[in-house]
Order: sequence, then structure tokens, then C-alpha cells
Amino acid sequence: MTNVVEFNNVKKSFKNFSLDDVSFSIKKGFVTGFIGANGAGKSTTIKLLMKLLRKDSGNITIFGLDQDKHNQEIKERIGFVYDENCFYDTLSIRELRKIIAPMYQKWNDNLFYKYLDQFSLPEKQPIKNFSKGMKMKMAILFAISHDPEFIIMDEPTSGLDPVFRREVLELLHEIMLDDQKTIFFSTHITTDLDRIADYITYIHKGKILFSKEREELLTEYGIVKGSNDLLDRDTVKEFVSIRKTNVGFEALTSCVKKTKDIFGDEVLIEKPSLEDIMYYTNKGDLKCTL
Amino acid sequence: MDIIISNSVKDPIYHQIIKQIKELVLTGKLSEGDSLPSIRQLAKDLQVSVITTKRAYEELESDGFIVSIVGKGSFIASQNQELLKERRLKIIEEKLIEIIEESKLVQLSKEELMEMILILYGDDLK
Repeated sequence: MTNVVEFNNVKKSFKNFSLDDVSFSIKKGFVTGFIGANGAGKSTTIKLLMKLLRKDSGNITIFGLDQDKHNQEIKERIGFVYDENCFYDTLSIRELRKIIAPMYQKWNDNLFYKYLDQFSLPEKQPIKNFSKGMKMKMAILFAISHDPEFIIMDEPTSGLDPVFRREVLELLHEIMLDDQKTIFFSTHITTDLDRIADYITYIHKGKILFSKEREELLTEYGIVKGSNDLLDRDTVKEFVSIRKTNVGFEALTSCVKKTKDIFGDEVLIEKPSLEDIMYYTNKGDLKCTL
Repeated sequence: MDIIISNSVKDPIYHQIIKQIKELVLTGKLSEGDSLPSIRQLAKDLQVSVITTKRAYEELESDGFIVSIVGKGSFIASQNQELLKERRLKIIEEKLIEIIEESKLVQLSKEELMEMILILYGDDLK
């Protein structure tokens, strides 16, 4: 399996936040979901990927090409959807098309009008009159009309209603019918990932905690519930973090098998959701499980 | 071909797909040479990830239920009827062992158990 993107020991420091030695890869032909709490470094990572920020050290390759040396060639093959409107909002879609289309050698008008029709967007209205959902559809429209191999999206579904989120996911599924396509998108609506993501990359406080197959992740991790009597100095160490109440504890384990060996039938072990994993890793002291 | 996936059962989705395709083969609704949707088409239709359907197809292939031909897609493999019957017999055997063990637990005699089976089997045949 080939990688579309490889981050090797990438560092980027700001005054009060830094990306620390970030290494991970994105597999070709699959959908990778990028999750993490607010301020964990998702947008910074995506900006580095798009070369909108300059990295301090390390290297990034995209399509096997060095990002610094082949910037233009790489950009030609990428479709990018940003989380806020970055178009001139007094213009209409028709006017924007005239500006954007010539930038790409592989711009495909057939594709553009097909999606325009599919999204039922008005072509002549200034986009400042668009609803949030329409703006997002338009951003996607402009991102995929040059038939990119690799689509990067920063929170494409945040702030949108469930009907529209389903539509976006349906579109992504349609794109993934082609096994040459790759999608990387950040989100904190983890239920969206259940329907489409093959891989999950999790960033926490500027560090990549893991980058794994989603199914595998959900079988390795488990939510453990049981009586407080079971917790002592040794058993506590087995968990990522614990939520203790008067009526028992609930905890996250990163190794269901080991937990079963230790506690046997004394505890209830459930399949976690991605949200559970995010909540408990945020709560606890973190160890890298990459 | 119908595949119905439940999101509320514990059974992982790839497993549900495997189970249902096997069932379709065993009941004869799918037979040798029938083509299956592509991995990516099925993922889109079921709204699940590509890896999920890929894994299901891979397991079906290693179990000999389907064959995949590069560039052409996946098809139901020729099913050796003898082999299928043998597999089913093995399942029945395993279940019987379970029943016998359960019977021993409550000290049910061999004769009593046989009698029970005869009655139940006979009732079914009516």
C-alpha cells in the first residue's frame, strides 16, 4: 500500500503552541479522519500540509514528491476545502469560476457543471447571500472540479445540519468509488467518521497519538465498567483514564485483551466510540501508543 | 442481492456482510459465477468504510466462497456440494456435543435424551 502523504519529524513552534516531531502517513485509496480537541493542532497540521505555513524542521512528501521542491505540481493534484469562506463574497459562482478555473491545467467544466447541478446551487447570485451549507457546497464544488487525486478538508461538516452532512458523506463515498482517490479530513463530529473513515489519525496537544485502522482501534480499545472496589494502585495503571463515581467506575483501556486477563468477568467491557476515546485520552495522562 | 446491516448489534459490520453473503450462497440465492458489487460500490451502498467491505471480501475469498479477478471483480466461487454438506454436518456435530454436555450437567440419561430428540424430530416432520 502506498502513501500519498508522509510527515517526517515535522516541527513548528509558535509562542504558546508547538507541533512536536509530527510523523504520520496517509494511505492512498482510503479515507483518513483527522481528530483531536480544539487547539490540538489539526488546522496547523493541515496548513503545513498545504504549505500555508512554513515548517521549522522535518520534511513532508506528497505523492512521493518533496513539498518544498514540487509545490506547484502537488497543488495541481490536490483539492482543498477550508473551514471558513475564503472566496470574495460579493462575487457569484459564475464569476468565481472565471477566476479559479484558469489556475488549474486539469480544470474540467463538465465535472464543474455536473456538481453545480447536483448541489443545486444558484450560479448568478452573490455568494454572500448563501447559507452556511450552500457556502460549504460551493467550496467543495471548487475543490473537486479539477478532478484532484487527493482531497483535503478542514472540518467540512462542522456547523452543518445532519441532512447536509449526510449529503457530503454520500458525495465522499461517490468519490471513493475510484481507488486512485484519497481523502483526508479533520472533524470533531466523530459519528461522521463511523460512516466513512478507514483510518483515524489522532492529534493531542501537538503530538500524534496514533494513526490506525478504525476497526482495529475500536477492537483494541474498550470502555470498562465495574465496582470501585476493583481499583487499587496497580489496577489503576491499566487504564488510559478513569471516571469514578459513587456507583462505580468507568474507564478506557487501550488493550482490551489485557484488561480481560486481569479482571475477567468482574467488569463489563464495551466497544468504545471515537468520542469515548477522545474524551478519556484528553482526560488522562497520555502515553503515545503509535 | 440484499444485504441488511444493523448498527445496533455487537457483531462487527464486516462480519455481518460475510454472514449474509454465506447465507445467500447456502440457500442458493447466489450461485456459481454470480457477480458481486465491487468493494467500493458496496461500501458506498452500505455507507461503510472501504476497509470494512474489503476485509469481508478477503475473508470470503479465503473461505472459498468467492473468487476475485483483478480488473473484473468478485464472483461466487464454484461450491463443492459434498464439501458444503460436510461443513454443515460438522456444525450439527458441534451443536450435538454441546447438547450432550448440557444434558450431562442435569444428569439426563442417554435414553431420555434420545426420546426427546425422537419426539421433537417427529413433531417437525408432521
